Amino acid sequence: MKNTRLTIIGLLLAAALLAPATHAQQAGTQFIGITGYRVGPYGANGAAFFSGFIDYLHLVNERDGGVNGVKLSWEECETEYNNTKGVECYERLKTRSATGPTAIHPMSTGITYALIDKTAADRIPLISFGYGRTDSVDGRVFPWLFPLVSNYWDAATAIVKFIADREGGEARLARKKIVLLYHDSAYGKEPHPVLEAEAKKLRFELKMIPVPHPGNEQQAQWLQIRQFRPDWVIVWGWGVMTATSLSTAQKMGFPRDRMVGNWWAGSEIDTEAAGGAAAGYYAASLNLAGRDFPVVRDVQKHVLDKGKSQTPAKTVGSVLWNRGLAAAMMTVEAVRTAQAKLGKKPMTGAQVRWGIENLDIDAKRLNQLGFGGMVPPLEVSCTDHGGSGLVRFQQWDGRQWKAASEWVSGDRALVRRMVEDSAAKYAAEKGIRPGCLAAP
Amino acid sequence: MTFFLEVLIGGLLSGVMYSLVALGFVLIYKASGVFNFAQGAMVFIAALAYVTLAERFGLPFWAAFALALAVMVLIGILTERIVLRPLVNQPQISLFMATIGLAFFLEGIAQMVQLWAFNDLSPRPLTLGIQDQPIEWLMNEFDILVSSFDLLAAAVAGVLVAALAVFFNRTRIGRALRAVADDHQAALSVGIPLKTIWGIVWSVAGFVALVAGLLWGARSGVQFALTLVALKALPVLILGGFESIAGAIVGGLIIGAAEKLAEVYLGPFVGGGIEGWFAYVLALLFLLVRPEGLFGERHIDRV
Amino acid sequence: MLYREAGQFKTSYAADQQLLPIRQDRVALIVLLAIAYLAVPVVANDYWFNAILIPFLVFALAALGLNILTGYAGQLSLGSAAFMAVGAVAAYNFELRVPGMPLLASFALAGLCAAAVGVLFGLPSLRIKGFYLAVATLAAQFFIPWLLVKVGWFSNYSSSGVITAQPMQIVGYVFEQPVEKYLLVLTVVALMALAAKNMVRSAVGRSWMAVRDMDVAAAVIGIPIMRTKLVAFAVSSFYCGVAGALYAYAYVGTVQPEDLNLDMSFRILFMIIIGGIGSILGSFLGAAFITLLPIFLESALHAITQQFGLDLVPGMTSMVQLLVFGGLIIFFLIVEPNGLARLWQITKEKLRLWPFPH
Repeated sequence: MKNTRLTIIGLLLAAALLAPATHAQQAGTQFIGITGYRVGPYGANGAAFFSGFIDYLHLVNERDGGVNGVKLSWEECETEYNNTKGVECYERLKTRSATGPTAIHPMSTGITYALIDKTAADRIPLISFGYGRTDSVDGRVFPWLFPLVSNYWDAATAIVKFIADREGGEARLARKKIVLLYHDSAYGKEPHPVLEAEAKKLRFELKMIPVPHPGNEQQAQWLQIRQFRPDWVIVWGWGVMTATSLSTAQKMGFPRDRMVGNWWAGSEIDTEAAGGAAAGYYAASLNLAGRDFPVVRDVQKHVLDKGKSQTPAKTVGSVLWNRGLAAAMMTVEAVRTAQAKLGKKPMTGAQVRWGIENLDIDAKRLNQLGFGGMVPPLEVSCTDHGGSGLVRFQQWDGRQWKAASEWVSGDRALVRRMVEDSAAKYAAEKGIRPGCLAAP
Repeated sequence: MTFFLEVLIGGLLSGVMYSLVALGFVLIYKASGVFNFAQGAMVFIAALAYVTLAERFGLPFWAAFALALAVMVLIGILTERIVLRPLVNQPQISLFMATIGLAFFLEGIAQMVQLWAFNDLSPRPLTLGIQDQPIEWLMNEFDILVSSFDLLAAAVAGVLVAALAVFFNRTRIGRALRAVADDHQAALSVGIPLKTIWGIVWSVAGFVALVAGLLWGARSGVQFALTLVALKALPVLILGGFESIAGAIVGGLIIGAAEKLAEVYLGPFVGGGIEGWFAYVLALLFLLVRPEGLFGERHIDRV
Repeated sequence: MLYREAGQFKTSYAADQQLLPIRQDRVALIVLLAIAYLAVPVVANDYWFNAILIPFLVFALAALGLNILTGYAGQLSLGSAAFMAVGAVAAYNFELRVPGMPLLASFALAGLCAAAVGVLFGLPSLRIKGFYLAVATLAAQFFIPWLLVKVGWFSNYSSSGVITAQPMQIVGYVFEQPVEKYLLVLTVVALMALAAKNMVRSAVGRSWMAVRDMDVAAAVIGIPIMRTKLVAFAVSSFYCGVAGALYAYAYVGTVQPEDLNLDMSFRILFMIIIGGIGSILGSFLGAAFITLLPIFLESALHAITQQFGLDLVPGMTSMVQLLVFGGLIIFFLIVEPNGLARLWQITKEKLRLWPFPH
């Protein structure tokens, strides 16, 4: 009995040590390493995003036969939204292909921070699509990091502007009361400096209330809000926190159409879990929801109908799924841009980095790609690793997200000034000499 | 003053929700001396079982409730057989660690079930037919905000405690349970079937987990974060004592009220978000004064 | 045949009391260290260094710390990760604020800071024990990361509260490549493991075990309970603190205090349960097991699903991992409460007789 037990454990251990840790990828493909997550407290959000991301990669292979004939291949590694697992996944995906993992999308502010130095050392671009370190917009200090399209400071100023519009102009904001209800984490703290600056400038009264992780209990926070009697509440939520904010707001009798979320607090996952409590709630978004875009129809036709993907029907066209499509599209377009200069072959990390830095996806190109109206145009440069900074507000009508504004931007000048200050401070701390990288 | 009352009432009512989870711990501890860390996972799995049955298979409330209860009973019995029975007479700390293992195991199962039933892991809304909205009458008359849902939760907790009290004090099984709790050896020697009793206790704890799961799930959706409610219940137990049902209720009320009052009145001065640990520090300070909790039994160590 | 101590005579007390009294054990340790220092740097790649070896060593050190407290002194703690966070943040601040601070001195001071915090949260252990104490250590687990995030000074007022570790530099030499980081971590961990091995067989270690086995009895024979328990908390937290500093500097490179959360503490606890409670070797075995298991499961599931031509449901590995972790914990507690270290011991005893049955 004891012997068999020993043998079993011995074998298990031996197997653990000897198990091959590599699955070789097909040579000659553009390998994309995906550090995704589908389990844990934020698993639902990750699943929607990464399903969209992968569905788009399928689409490129199925419909176009790859990028200029170079097929895409990929592997998804589960990070569980956990920094150490994220590092492990990154290191693993790095070994999978001679050209590296193309570009990493961690979908986690924490993992982004953990990978900043590593990706720079390994010469692999890191794309933080609407999250991460805001001051990395300054590509002269962060050559390998791309906080594409829009960042938290853009979002915060855009939300303030949106509120000002509803109140009838910025002048009317003076002496109004705004609450920032935020997830008590690195993510939730990102907008603080810019909102404080805005409050000073526009003379509104700002109160910032943290919600401890995971946020499924907000009685005390909402009692504070009730006492403060704000005109608006900005919800900087993530995962279960957003739904709980909405249902607690209902419980406290706070009108939902005076609440504005950011783009991670504005998906179907958040509102549906809140049930009827969510109707009327606004959210700033990087992309529109809906199936009425040519690219979504193409994915339906070439990928889902052919059974290439396991994405549940309900997820298709949702906010986060569409965002996954857009993130994948930008990665693929970066490869295409790099190929135009360097030849039709798989691109290395350094080459893709150049591709991202020279991305120029204008409205016409967006229409060609089938993304017209879903995302704003994107132009990246060495000094500006972000993009347009445009966001669009959506409102939950009880069943789906509906656009509630045009593409708007916040206080770009203010954000840029703060980005440069913060990046300069980082450069001094780390001994980085800011500058643009040459083409590979 | 109205505001203070409101915070106090809100705190007490959310304390009731903690008590509901804490009750499950107390039941198992009383009867088997096991500090069951998996109670949070059980709350999650119970709520998930109910939602799966009610939404995926469209069963009516009572059928889904009964079947979910059956699932919990099954889990309870299996736990007793597979995990606890081989660990009889081991130090309590080993049993505690085994339940941490059990918690992980159940969390894995629960997520697999959710993925299988709903194809994704997003929070499932759970409706009990009562809205989480303020009671208008109180709102208009006194400007005090009390949610009808919270009152329902309090009522359910009250009924549950009353039922448990009757069960423990008035029924044969209940008396056997108390005998087992006092002394395993003595109980065995007067012919009480220990294993059956433990099976029953785990089933009752499963029932409590189901009730807690439904109420918590109705409030914030059924999702993985439900497992974390167990962490809210631990300070309640320390305060109330591990062995006392009354302690779980009183401890829950104290923790709930203190936590909310602290967050509202103290939080703004220290940057907020103190709810996560305040209950623990409160319980810790309390422990220094009274190590066995409010209603716990004092133990005397002998060499 | 190979592993037999017959013929090895001890002629002095020193020889009898040395750390590894059997010659084969000494040889084995030297061979192991030689492999770790000479062979591994040649054969391993970045992935092995960054994703397996360095985390293994860092967590082994943390597990060692917890094992001192839980395995030797009998005080269950669920706050190891919080003490790691203290160490990480302290090391960062020493490096940041004291000009010309040597790196290793920062690590040591970080350990001391963690030890001080550990003693503070160990105070309740004087009055409470068992899982009352376990729950009390949860207070540390929730309070410390909160404090580290809330007080901006700790993270040098970084807007997100995340700290980024400075480059590791020792007398002008920058440890930058994975292999260099690995060797640095290996040296620190090896020295501290040696210290721990010595400590647990000293008077301090024996009084820990006396307190663990029966504290009332220990008090009766004159062991100062208070001091013994607090020293255990201090030493344990020191180890966790240094592990935290290594975690920040050699492994992840950044620290988000809320990342060193309860899950991490549980992982460390699992390491000592599976590796062996009350065993130095066990801490290493457990850390290796917990670090390698997910990677093994991942490849195994890949292999299985490919074999049957199935698509691996995304995220399935993590769920299976929860199942396997949970199952293994229960399995070990029931079948082999002394963990892998005990299995190793049994193997050694078998080896003594081998190839003869008796």
